[in-house]
Amino acid sequence: MDFIKSVSDKEIVDRIYSHYTHYDPVQSALIPLLQEIQAKLGYLSTAALNRVSELLHLPPSQVYGVATFYHQFRLSPKGEHMITVCRGTACHVHGSLELYNFLNQQLGITPPQDTSPDGLFTVQQVRCLGACALAPVIKVDETVYGKVDHVKIRGILRTARKGGKQE
Amino acid sequence: MKGLMDACCDKCTHTSETPCKDIVACRITGPLCHESTECSVKTKEAIDYTIYGSNGIRISVGMSTCGLASGAQEVYDEIKEELAKRSLAAKLVEVGCMGSCYAEVIVEVTRKGYPTAIYSDVTPTKVHAILDAYLAGDATGALALRSRSAKMRNEETIPLLEELPFFKHQKRRVLKNCGVIDPESIEEYIISGGYHALSKVLAGMTPEQVIVEVTASGLRGRGDAGFPTGLKWKICNQVPGETKYVICNADEGDPGAFMNRLTVEGDPHKVLEGLTIAGYATGASEGYIFVRAEKPLMAERLKTAIAQARKHGLLGRNILGSKFSFDVKLMLSAGAFVCGEETALIAAIEGKRAMPRPRPPFPATQGLWGKPTTINNVETLAHIPLLLSEGAKEYAGVGSEKSKGTKVYCLAGKVERTGAAEVPVGTTIRRLIFDIGGGVPSGKKFKAIQIGGPSGGCLPEKFLDLPLDYESLQSAGAIMGSGGIVIIDEDTCIVDLAKYFLNFTTAESCGKCSPCRIGLQRMLEAITRITNGKGTEGDLADLREISATVADSSLCALGRTAPNPVLSTMKYFPEEYHAHVEGKTCPAHACVAMMKGYRVEEDKCKGCGLCVKNCPTGSISLTAAEKGPGKAVIDSAKCIRCGQCVNECAFGAIEEEW
Repeated sequence: MDFIKSVSDKEIVDRIYSHYTHYDPVQSALIPLLQEIQAKLGYLSTAALNRVSELLHLPPSQVYGVATFYHQFRLSPKGEHMITVCRGTACHVHGSLELYNFLNQQLGITPPQDTSPDGLFTVQQVRCLGACALAPVIKVDETVYGKVDHVKIRGILRTARKGGKQE
Repeated sequence: MKGLMDACCDKCTHTSETPCKDIVACRITGPLCHESTECSVKTKEAIDYTIYGSNGIRISVGMSTCGLASGAQEVYDEIKEELAKRSLAAKLVEVGCMGSCYAEVIVEVTRKGYPTAIYSDVTPTKVHAILDAYLAGDATGALALRSRSAKMRNEETIPLLEELPFFKHQKRRVLKNCGVIDPESIEEYIISGGYHALSKVLAGMTPEQVIVEVTASGLRGRGDAGFPTGLKWKICNQVPGETKYVICNADEGDPGAFMNRLTVEGDPHKVLEGLTIAGYATGASEGYIFVRAEKPLMAERLKTAIAQARKHGLLGRNILGSKFSFDVKLMLSAGAFVCGEETALIAAIEGKRAMPRPRPPFPATQGLWGKPTTINNVETLAHIPLLLSEGAKEYAGVGSEKSKGTKVYCLAGKVERTGAAEVPVGTTIRRLIFDIGGGVPSGKKFKAIQIGGPSGGCLPEKFLDLPLDYESLQSAGAIMGSGGIVIIDEDTCIVDLAKYFLNFTTAESCGKCSPCRIGLQRMLEAITRITNGKGTEGDLADLREISATVADSSLCALGRTAPNPVLSTMKYFPEEYHAHVEGKTCPAHACVAMMKGYRVEEDKCKGCGLCVKNCPTGSISLTAAEKGPGKAVIDSAKCIRCGQCVNECAFGAIEEEW
């Protein structure tokens, strides 16, 4: 983490952009570029968005417009672990909204905030993960958990806390 | 000849630079360009090796997203360890999903010459016993067998796969390879008959002939609207232009639908082959696959497939020695439901906000970068190889009068056997939900199906014998959509479900046209009042009126179809709306704002205080007691009905009061 902090967002964007110069027209690289920047930084910072606008010769309003249009992009830093609650129809009829509220309550998050005060967890909703047959489904970082309930969620949080904290 | 795709001897000159038109057939029945018993033996051995490895034993684990979510990785690791312990060099394969998600984790074991046994609900602790039994020639414990041999003990006690209720009524064409072949192996796809259609097309069919064949098959788009695929291709083919594009829409965003994910995760080359043929037929030399970033395994599988196809000359310049050159770019969708609209999807690939534009001009004449463009859904493209391999006549032998072929439906929600099932178009809802899906679990009462996602509708019990085809569904007020079906039982509130979809479409509205942007917002406000117990007759009238306006005047299909969930539920379940509006109660006990409150069962309450500690509004206190702890008391006026106390109570002492 410290290593990343020592390099400015601008430099990171420049480095990533060097892989996208072959796009023709170069403006069509906007979405893949933002995706890779977010993968690196965890979110899209103002500095990063401004740099993208310079590099692609696009007005900042257009870059910001795209960044706010799609679900994948976030404009604020995220916690160490990302918890994604699937809000597809099958998950909905299996009570996923209630699970989402439960997670927030367990982690002390009050929406519209989405990150726990200790910075360990960010909770977000997603349209559909496509694992409808195992509803309700949540994803912690890259691991998908099916048929979750309160008991399972408590266990998942315990495991994530242990893995996430150096003790 | 190490792998199946390697040259059998010096006489074989196939490379991606010097492609041979017969390479696909040669790898299965070869060699074709020269006679050599030795090379023929080598080919057969390579096929065997591809499937079984060096020891004649193949073990596959279903490792699609659903398998992984059920713990397939742990099972896979355990099998690997177990094989190492036994010093058994079996071929261990990560396959896709057969669609029987309810039975995950699924493991399939085959010893060459013996029937394949399929095991369901496998956990790491069961692995040892499964291997012990199967390798000792005992079929006991398997869910099903793929064939019979009379070589294994207790075979007769295990059903065949196609005899299981979930599979019995299916006609598996698109999903045939899913869960069977290794999705990361182009060799296994070719052995299963893959790239045969592409070879056939490039060797002896003009683009026009391909279009005639696809038209004759009666195939209609499987993504949403059901537009005839042959006609779509023909229009693009006839538009003059040097540069044209084909796009595979793999941006599956319809909640409750996962057939595209399943198809691509299990059989990515089939979609790629379909897209390549679409490129040939429409005159495009470049293809895009637009795949949702939320489903990363799909993207990964496609990336591998594209690289393999390029390596073996099935993508690139002069494919299979023909004059046709074609390549594919993978683009990750950042997620927007409106991308189901073709012009919005094109805007997304161009790097803009995914907002649709008025049509005409249609994408077929002015699409990506202003060039003629054809967009097909994953499932539509997955039909193409089979259709062209077996011919239109054979293909059209299945299906209903107006719609041919098969359709994959996803069954989720309150149904016993969840998963994806492929059935002939025109199969009835009853067959799908009850015969294949096994009906509603836990003895609950079936209430409705929701088909077509946020653009679709809810159909009650009286429609159970409705055949699932485009026309019948539309006349009943629903749509086929992508084919996601969510089954609802008595515990689901129909008004809350309509609100859920309005929430979805309101958030997904791109905001370009005002009927959709403002109309849906007003509808959401009205329905929220109703679920909060503050609704009036006026709200019901507003819902009807605004629905009509939004449906009539929105720019694209997102807005035009967004009122469907509201209209269909108001039509078929008026009594539930009235219960909310007049009776101020929710019959399904789902709209918690109308709940009276919570009741503490005094004899169960131990006074532990966990609910007191966890109540976010401080509405719970403990009564004073002479001896020991008191009992919990809830102040109904302060309570926000969040249910936290119910969740926290280890003794089940707090109950909802309606």
